[in-house]
Amino acid sequence: MAENKSTYNLPDQTGHFGQFGGVFVAETLIPALDELRIEYEKAMRDPDFLAEFHHELKHYVGRPSPLYHARRWSDALGGAQIYLKREDLNHTGAHKINNTIGQALLARRMGKKRVIAETGAGQHGVASATVAARYGLECVVYMGAEDVKRQAPNVFRMKLLGASVVGVESGSKTLKDAMNEAMRDWVTNVDSTYYIIGTCAGPHPYPQLVRDFQSVIGEECKAQCAEQIGCQPDAVVACVGGGSNAIGIFYPYIEVLGVRLIGVEAGGFGIETGKHAAPLTTDARPGVLHGQRVNLMQDENGQIIETHSISAGLDYPGVGPEHCYLNEIKRAEYVAINDDEALAAFHDLCHFEGIIPALESSHALAHAKKIAPTMGRDQILVVNLSGRGDKDIPTIARLSGIEL
Amino acid sequence: MSTSRIQNTFSRLQAAGRQALIPYITAGDPNPGATVGLMHALVQGGADIIELGVPFSDPMADGPVIQRASERALAHGVSLRQVIAMVAEFRQTNADTPVVLMGYANPLEAMGYEVFARTGVAAGIDGVLTVDLPPEEAPERVAILKQHGMDPIFLLAPTTPVSRMQAVAKLASGYVYYVSLKGVTGAANLDVASVASKLAELRQHISLPIGVGFGIRDAASAKAVASVADAIIIGSRIVQEVEQGEAGLAGRLTSFLSGVRAAMDTARA
Repeated sequence: MAENKSTYNLPDQTGHFGQFGGVFVAETLIPALDELRIEYEKAMRDPDFLAEFHHELKHYVGRPSPLYHARRWSDALGGAQIYLKREDLNHTGAHKINNTIGQALLARRMGKKRVIAETGAGQHGVASATVAARYGLECVVYMGAEDVKRQAPNVFRMKLLGASVVGVESGSKTLKDAMNEAMRDWVTNVDSTYYIIGTCAGPHPYPQLVRDFQSVIGEECKAQCAEQIGCQPDAVVACVGGGSNAIGIFYPYIEVLGVRLIGVEAGGFGIETGKHAAPLTTDARPGVLHGQRVNLMQDENGQIIETHSISAGLDYPGVGPEHCYLNEIKRAEYVAINDDEALAAFHDLCHFEGIIPALESSHALAHAKKIAPTMGRDQILVVNLSGRGDKDIPTIARLSGIEL
Repeated sequence: MSTSRIQNTFSRLQAAGRQALIPYITAGDPNPGATVGLMHALVQGGADIIELGVPFSDPMADGPVIQRASERALAHGVSLRQVIAMVAEFRQTNADTPVVLMGYANPLEAMGYEVFARTGVAAGIDGVLTVDLPPEEAPERVAILKQHGMDPIFLLAPTTPVSRMQAVAKLASGYVYYVSLKGVTGAANLDVASVASKLAELRQHISLPIGVGFGIRDAASAKAVASVADAIIIGSRIVQEVEQGEAGLAGRLTSFLSGVRAAMDTARA
């Protein structure tokens, strides 16, 4: 691993992370992706763009988000000290807003008046609707019909913010189908429309730009660890659906080799049942979907398999190409947490810390719960608490047999 | 390499001053047993080349009509392997009509290009159009196809700039497929004048025959586009016939295509 130091410079010019990534889209969209790539590269060299992005993160989102020592929960587990990177305290309640601000500023810079987004749990849809209102853009959000049912509060939030929400009835009616429909909209309205992809997936340059906008999480975390703890953590743990909160906190640590990076996929009913959303943990074969080559849950004929997770935000058959690469070179480890383990961690955080976490983030918490007792009391675990759980309250109530 | 069925077809048509009629159906729709018979019905109606869709779980570039066709075929578990077998069966009684598979990258990735190209050519497949395989990702994959004598068919779009026309010209063989509009298959806003001007530009960079598809729905639109293109491609309109049910389907397809064929043949008269 030592030779990795200071040499990490991906994706390459063609948008690949080793064998992963790329631009697998229909011809009509390629010129739009080229335009986006060029404009993005310019923006990242433009001090005014960066200043505005950071100004918005500070004054609109409320950054930096705190790094919080979960002392009671750590004591109860009796091992490593667990710190939570509090992305749940961001405006709109999740890390998603970091990326949507960056992309909405790009859209404005490119003269696009209309933005579209796909959403699973609804957090990215809400973050997109929010910035669309903030910058005066028209916004259409595609959401699987199944998720519209699971995440009713977020659907209403998006509508309050002025967005149109389109329920997608095709396929498995979840995140991947929402992304298909967003792609269809984009190819039809490519001149007027900017597609805000919510995770570090899709065709180049999306995985790169989403990572870059989200890496503020890891940059802050590094500075906060140094200041509050006096050292960097032994491990950083984050949930992985597409993988944007994880890449955001991992990326600044890639060359800090003493820090273990652990991505937590959705184990659903259990890996052995086949009903999960854990392509890396199960070593799924690489394939092509949504413009990228990534590890992909598919059958022997290359058809995409329906996934299952208690959390809509992790219910995706692939994972961003940079995670596939970090897994392949073994710089990051990937594990799976089942629905019931995530639920138990959800209740733990409510009980011990007075924090209601998102079900997505509860997967990362559950893995921390698993490994903290195996570590010393002087060791440090940082968990990216990527979102708050208010949106999941109806799901939790239903699982507890309670009618609200 | 010997001349391909696709080349022969276009040479013959060009000598006669005619344009190719290329209908599309999704393999396995409405059921796997029907496909070969429908292919023969298309030929009887005047098809010069058949585009046979390979069903995929996530057809991102398709409108609702072809999405549903894919779902119907997948409900029968139709795989790329079976599609290749259907073409082999079609070839038992038709040696001349080129067959081009059209679909998405992942079923090909899953089978592997080497296996696909070898078994596909042996079954009598002439070309393959992979919607989500732009020139950027194509060179190694296309090299394998060409080595086995299969034509890689590429898409060109209203948004395609000159630099990309040149990139496609270097990789493509058989014919190229110009997507007449920004949108998904089955959209209904075809603008013949803008197609004509884009085709004139394309012809400065690409010597292959140019087919036009997306938005051609009837004899009138086929005739209009045939006056500027080398081939017209009709997909969603035909799949709509399939969707109407199996009763009399082969006859309906033949009769619909015959009407289109007749209109096209008067296009440049």
